[in-house]
Amino acid sequence: MQTALQFGPILVHLDLLLRGLEKSIQLAALSILFGTAIGVLGAVGRSFGPRFLSWPIAAYVEMIRNTPLLIQLYFVFFSLPLFGFKLSSNTAAVVALSIHLGAYATEILRAGIEAIPEGQIEAAKSLGLSRYRIIRHVVLVPAARAVYPSLSAQFILQIMGTSIVGAIAAEELTAVANNLVMQTFRSFEVYIVIAIIYFVLVQAASLFFAGIGKLMFRWKV
Amino acid sequence: MSLRDFGPNELMFLLLATRWTILLALIAFAGGGLVGLMVAAIRVAPARPLRWLAAGYIQFFMGTPILIQLFMAYYGSSFLGYRPDPWVAAAVTFSLNGGAFFGEIFRGAIEAIPKGQWEASTALGFRFVRTLRLVIIPQAVRLMLPPTVGFMVQIVKTTSIASLIGLTELARAATQVNTVTFQPVMVFGTVSLIYFALCWPLSLYAGYLERRFATGMTRRTETPLVMSAV
Repeated sequence: MQTALQFGPILVHLDLLLRGLEKSIQLAALSILFGTAIGVLGAVGRSFGPRFLSWPIAAYVEMIRNTPLLIQLYFVFFSLPLFGFKLSSNTAAVVALSIHLGAYATEILRAGIEAIPEGQIEAAKSLGLSRYRIIRHVVLVPAARAVYPSLSAQFILQIMGTSIVGAIAAEELTAVANNLVMQTFRSFEVYIVIAIIYFVLVQAASLFFAGIGKLMFRWKV
Repeated sequence: MSLRDFGPNELMFLLLATRWTILLALIAFAGGGLVGLMVAAIRVAPARPLRWLAAGYIQFFMGTPILIQLFMAYYGSSFLGYRPDPWVAAAVTFSLNGGAFFGEIFRGAIEAIPKGQWEASTALGFRFVRTLRLVIIPQAVRLMLPPTVGFMVQIVKTTSIASLIGLTELARAATQVNTVTFQPVMVFGTVSLIYFALCWPLSLYAGYLERRFATGMTRRTETPLVMSAV
């Protein structure tokens, strides 16, 4: 045994930790927003788009779902500058995280869309609804409602996934933790504190997503 | 500009590093499976405090990022006075973390087995562990299988974060090759394909098992008599 656990030297830097937390939340929020948008486009594109779009979307989904987020992150961070996109590490992280979530969201929403009974769409057609309105109101919203639990579980995983973007030197919570370790040499305590912060964040986020779900899908089926 | 080009030697280096990714995944799978079995058993145990303990365990490992758990294991071991070894830290973390996820998968399958099976076992004089081992788990295996294979994909991908504590597996080998060649598209493209080659068959197999199981379920609900005939 070294010495007893000492949290004092870490809690002095509470402001740094909070700034890291803010960055983490920002990364998660932006990537959830963009990722869900990609997911909606991908799922609709696969189910209603032209055939030539179908297999590139499927390839994108399978490729992302069968490779590690860390490699996707490195790919974006190191490759995009070669094509003339000069990205900060935070922007690269948002891009990679959005592409990552987009694949999962596509797959989840597609499952919801496929579960919509054909009769609903036929009924909407016979009522004379336009294609856009059918896709939006008759397919997408009920589908989103049906798969919302899986979707929000994926969002939670996404929040925890932001922890690895420290690997490309973005300034989120885990990166702050690594810096604190170098400053205080109290590595174990730092990671205990960080684990607690993440835990609270994840619990809060679950409550938040449950609340959002209740607000968005208020009507009875 | 770069020190070397991405050639056959670099490809070989990556392929050799894949060994460690596979080994790590196998360790995580075996360790996680064992821990998961125990966690699931405790999670459905008759004693309530034990159930809470298992629930807390699952909450912790599912509610914090695995990277932080890995750092805690790695740096925690130095705090306890051991020399931190990335392999030990990674094996322990992935087993404990996988145990939480497997525990939930197994519990779901165990709880899907009708209560009557438990009651019948009690009537036959079986205690908890024997009921679980001889009656419940053999029936639950069919239900466990598809999500277990699906989670193996997750395990293979998760091994990549072991690179962040300095364990030289595929992801770390990739960053090393990238540093000397600076051909990120080539390097990370190749590595993505290697991971894909490892994961995709597992994904397909999980999907196949899921579909096969789904048909098994519908058939059984249509003709319930088949069950009693067996």
